[in-house]
Amino acid sequence: MGFLDINHVTKSYGNVEVLHRVDIAVEEGEFLVLVGPSGCGKSTLLNMIAGLEGITSGEISIKDRVMNGVHPSKRNIAMVFQSYALYPNMSVAQNITFGLEMHGTPKPEREKALKDVASLLQIDHLLDRKPGQLSGGQRQRVAMGRALVRNPDVFLFDEPLSNLDAKLRVDMRTEIKKLHQNLKTTVVYVTHDQIEAMTLSTRIAVMFDGYVQQLGTPKEIYDTPENVFVATFMGSPAMNVVPAKVEMVDGVPHAKVARAEGDDALLAFAQDNMSEWAGKDILLGIRPEAITDPEGADRDSNCIVTLANRVGVTEPSGADTFVTMTLGGKDVIARMRADTTVQVDEMFDFAVNMEKAVAFDPQTEARIKA
Amino acid sequence: MSVATQDNAASVGRVGRTFVYLTLLLFALFYLLPFFIMVVNSVKPLSEITGGNMMALPQEWTIAPWLSAWSTAQIGVEPTGLRPYFWNSIRMVVPAVVICTIIGALNGYVLTKWRFRGDTIIFGLMLFSCFIPFQIVLIPMARILGILEIAGTTTGLVLVHVVYGIGFATLYFRNYYAAFPTELVRAAQIDGAGFFQIFYRILLPSSGPITVVCVIWLFTNIWNDFLFGASFASGDAAPMTVALNNLVSSSTGVKEYNVHFAGAILAALPTLLVYIVAGRFFVRGLMAGSVKG
Ligand SMILES: Nc1ncnc2c1ncn2[C@@H]1O[C@H](COP(=O)(O)OP(=O)(O)O)[C@@H](O)[C@H]1O
Ligand SMILES: [Mg+2]
Repeated sequence: MGFLDINHVTKSYGNVEVLHRVDIAVEEGEFLVLVGPSGCGKSTLLNMIAGLEGITSGEISIKDRVMNGVHPSKRNIAMVFQSYALYPNMSVAQNITFGLEMHGTPKPEREKALKDVASLLQIDHLLDRKPGQLSGGQRQRVAMGRALVRNPDVFLFDEPLSNLDAKLRVDMRTEIKKLHQNLKTTVVYVTHDQIEAMTLSTRIAVMFDGYVQQLGTPKEIYDTPENVFVATFMGSPAMNVVPAKVEMVDGVPHAKVARAEGDDALLAFAQDNMSEWAGKDILLGIRPEAITDPEGADRDSNCIVTLANRVGVTEPSGADTFVTMTLGGKDVIARMRADTTVQVDEMFDFAVNMEKAVAFDPQTEARIKA
Repeated sequence: MSVATQDNAASVGRVGRTFVYLTLLLFALFYLLPFFIMVVNSVKPLSEITGGNMMALPQEWTIAPWLSAWSTAQIGVEPTGLRPYFWNSIRMVVPAVVICTIIGALNGYVLTKWRFRGDTIIFGLMLFSCFIPFQIVLIPMARILGILEIAGTTTGLVLVHVVYGIGFATLYFRNYYAAFPTELVRAAQIDGAGFFQIFYRILLPSSGPITVVCVIWLFTNIWNDFLFGASFASGDAAPMTVALNNLVSSSTGVKEYNVHFAGAILAALPTLLVYIVAGRFFVRGLMAGSVKG
């Protein structure tokens, strides 16, 4: 039993089931991120936790109390909305204390809570302003203040940063993380941005099409994605997934992939279990940072394989240079050091870290497990 | 080359603008002329009107016609002036407008933020009610007023106008609230505000422009209504419009045109005032409703 339990929960609108049997147990103090493309049902799930949407079947409980049918204001949760949803006619101070007022908290206590939250979020000087007179970042803070002041059991965030510009988004991300580290409250956070998910979360639920595709720590999700969707959704640039065939060479399973030209390349697998797939087609997944120049290869890896291939496009990004080549008939991106010596259209010996490679069943697109 | 065309464009613009302004001026004069005639003739002795030019300014200024129209002129058979009927109209229009606006706002709130099965059908029916011609409801309405025993009273008129006004008021508020972010309502729900608290504390404070639009629309329509007034409230309970008609069509004695003009202006004054006071908000409210709705 977790702190927040989502048990066999489904949601239907009419005959359409938009969420299929979700099971997530969130521990106290956890930062759970629901991530997935638009329309996958993240907000619906969050709204069900908040009590803003009914639960079609299943059960949601907080602190072992079943929440089905309980009014949002009686769940001891607080929510930060994408649009911030600040009351336009009220001052910042009134916005923050409105919830306390509605819950019948006496005025002196409200004032004190307001002061604490305002200094925590550094918005003391804004308290008399109206939301219309605030910048995006300030509104964001006020929205968080409104959530914090209630001292809720669970914080719910629905894409709280997506209305901010890029720079502010990164700053606020760090601040939310800091806040969570200090307060240690339980958070459920919805985003479509996989970087936000990776950086903020203690655990991630990757959602697609109304299903939770994978639930795990950021490292689990990144290193051992359950299926092709999770593999390509998480990480930027996305994981390269190319068709390959397993071939045994000297008793070691190899992935045979078509190069841009010439004969096929053979990449030795680090995992032995791939022998079972000898002779069969698979999808080979390699993250861009696992394909480097030889000097940049991971020294701790026991399985660096050299792959000679023709360089297609180079894109220096400052910190790294991304190199595109053709492998298995697809564009594959490699992440090289910034001052790499690759030349467009020339052959180059790429270093592939096969320890980080994953293989997927081409039929089910599920990861082939060790 | 490009300089020349720019020059051309500018001069065409100037000619065009002059033309537009001239036309506008002409129309303005055209519309102001009747009002001018009314004002001018309401401050003349009767002899100047019957003896001369309607357009001329008075040689002898007088407010006697105004006083007469207000308090002593013959309305039907009684020499009461328009005063009692003016108050009848006020007693009719104020409650009707207030009730319609409150119910319309609540309807708009429910139809957009507390959606329920069949809400669009209900809204459609309300919309439909706006377009039912007045004449069709005359007889059923007379019957209902009779059953309620408020036929021939100002209360009866209030009911009639509320029934008609709710449709429009609902339409205005529904479209306005449709653009009002639902997330605000959800946030307020989580904050623990109830149905009416959300309405009073969150929606209503942001409803200024649409309330003005609704009030102006209802006020002018209800104030200017003649058909319902003549049908359901003749005699002492008659509203201003009906009384004005009785003043003008009184058959006894000479036709006092100057008094009629003064009476007509008195009847139009409240709507004029409402426009002048709230007109700025009216335009703003219409824009807000149409752009967002
Ligand atoms: N009120 C509704 N009626 C019908 N379908 C809805 C409703 N709300 C959401 N949906 C559908 O549910 C799915 C999930 O929506 P949502 O949870 O908002 O997605 P996300 O937040 O992940 O972008 C979408 O396909 C959407 O079309
Ligand atoms: Mg969403």
